[in-house]
Amino acid sequence: MTDDARAATGTTRVKRGLADMLKGGVIMDVVTPEQARVAEEAGAVAVMALERVPADIRRDGGVARMSDPEMIEGIKAAVSIPVMAKARIGHFVEAQVLESLDVDYIDESEVLTPADEAHHIDKWGFTVPFVCGATNLGEALRRISEGAAMIRSKGEAGTGNVVEATRHMRSITGEVRRLATLDEAGLYAAAKEHAAPIDLVREVAELGRLPVVLFTAGGIATPADAAMMMQLGADGVFVGSGIFKSGDPALRARAIVEATTHFADPAVVARVSRGLGEAMVGIGMDQLAPSERYASRGW
Amino acid sequence: MTRLPGAPLVPPRRAVGARGPGTSPVLPADAPRIGVLALQGDVLEHARALADAGAEAVPVRDAAALATVDGLVLPGGESTTISRLLGLGGLLAPLRDRIASGLPVLGTCAGLILLSDELTAPDADLPRPGGLAIRTRRNAYGRQVDSFDTRVEVAGVDDGPVDAAFIRAPVVDAVLDPTAVEVLAEVDGAPVAVRQGDRIGLTFHPEVAGDHRVHALLVAAVRAAARQ
Repeated sequence: MTDDARAATGTTRVKRGLADMLKGGVIMDVVTPEQARVAEEAGAVAVMALERVPADIRRDGGVARMSDPEMIEGIKAAVSIPVMAKARIGHFVEAQVLESLDVDYIDESEVLTPADEAHHIDKWGFTVPFVCGATNLGEALRRISEGAAMIRSKGEAGTGNVVEATRHMRSITGEVRRLATLDEAGLYAAAKEHAAPIDLVREVAELGRLPVVLFTAGGIATPADAAMMMQLGADGVFVGSGIFKSGDPALRARAIVEATTHFADPAVVARVSRGLGEAMVGIGMDQLAPSERYASRGW
Repeated sequence: MTRLPGAPLVPPRRAVGARGPGTSPVLPADAPRIGVLALQGDVLEHARALADAGAEAVPVRDAAALATVDGLVLPGGESTTISRLLGLGGLLAPLRDRIASGLPVLGTCAGLILLSDELTAPDADLPRPGGLAIRTRRNAYGRQVDSFDTRVEVAGVDDGPVDAAFIRAPVVDAVLDPTAVEVLAEVDGAPVAVRQGDRIGLTFHPEVAGDHRVHALLVAAVRAAARQ
C-alpha cells in the first residue's frame, strides 16, 4: 500500500461507523478512573468522562462546564474502551480542547450550561465525531445537518425517571414512521414543520430511520428501563446517574448491559433485575420547574 | 424476529448497500444458514452483507441458536463487551467447541480480536474463543481521530479493492503459524486480512461500506464444508 493509506481520517463513514460499533451497548457516565474500570469490567461499550454526574449537577446548581483535562486523561489511561466527553452547547473551543485530548466522541450536551443560545457547534470541521441530544425528529435532523454522527434522545438527565426518555423516543420514532407514509409534496411540508433540511427529511423517509445511530438517554435507572427503550427503537443506551448513584454500581451496571443485549427476552431482564439493591431515588417531573429541565436547552 | 439495533422502524423505500431499491435479495432455495453473533456491535450490517452474498442470516444470542447455524460472523463492536456477554450467556465454551470442530467463521475488528489465539498485553487474558494462530494488538492505530477509510486489495476477492473502514482498528502483530495462516491483505506492512482454513479474520469493516465480497468467501466456505 502507499504511504497515504491511512490519510482519510474523520470521514463521515468512520464517524458514523464508530457509533455503529457501539450499537446494542451501554455507555456509562463516570467521574473517576475507578468508576471507569468498573464500567469497563461490567461490559460498557464506552464511558462518558465528566466531573459530576447529572444528578449532582442538578443538586449543586451553578454553571456546569467541560471537565478538567487532567481528569479526562486519567480516565482515558484507565480503560481501553472509547472515552467520550461533554462540551457545552455552542462552545466550539471546549470541543477543540476535547479533540486535542484525543477523546473518541464529543457529546455537545444540554446537561452542561449552554454557551450559545442561538448556535450549536459546526461539527463538520472536526475530525472527532459528535453525539447530540434531541427531543424530536426536527431537533435530531438539525443536529445531523450540523454534522452530528450520532443522536441520543435527551430524556431528563439526573432524574432517574424514565418518563421523558420515553416521551422523546416515542416522539422521534413516531415522526420517522409518519414521514415514511408521505408523498413528495408531504415531505416538503414536513421539512417546514420540523424546521429541518428537505434532503435529510427525504433520507429519513427513504431509510425508515435516522441516517445515524439513535441511542437513548436521560433517566434510565433499571434493566427494565433499558430494555423498554430498546424495544421502543433505541439502538443503545446512555446511563448517567443511574449506575453510580445506586446501591451496588458494579452489579447494576452488569445487569443493565445484559438487559440491553437481551432486551426482547423478559426472562433475562427478570433474572438480572433480582437483588440489585437500591436504585437511585429519582425525581418526579412535577418537582422540576421548567427552568430546571435540561431537555429544553438546544435550538 | 426481534428488531436488530440500527434496523429501520418501518420498511425502507430504498435499501442500504448494494441492493436495488426497496428489495431484499431473493435467496436461493439452498441458501446456507449463517449466524451473526448478536450480543453487541454492527450485527445488522453483517446480516445485510450475508444476505447480499446469498446466505440466510440468523442472529445468534444463545447456545441454542448457535447450534442451528452452519457458519458464523463475529461482528465489529467492543471486544471487551462481547467477551463479557459471551461469558455471562454461557456461549464461550460452545463457541470455542464449534470453531475447534470446523465451523467456518468470519471475524471483523472486535471479531478478529476474539478469534486471535494471542493478544498483546494488557489484553492477553480477555476470554475469547480463539481459532486464528495470530497475535493481535487492540486499538493499534490510536484513538478515534486516527480511524480511517481506505481501499484494500484482498487475495481471493475479484473486481477490485475492498472498501474498508478501519475504526479504532487492531493490528496483527505476528502470524504465529505461517504454514497455516495465509495473509490475504496488508496495510503499511501489517496483515489486515488473514485466513486459516475456513476461518477468516479482518481488522477492518467492509460491511460498513456495504461491500459483501469477503462475506462471499465465508458463504463459499460454508457451502464447500456442507458438500464434504
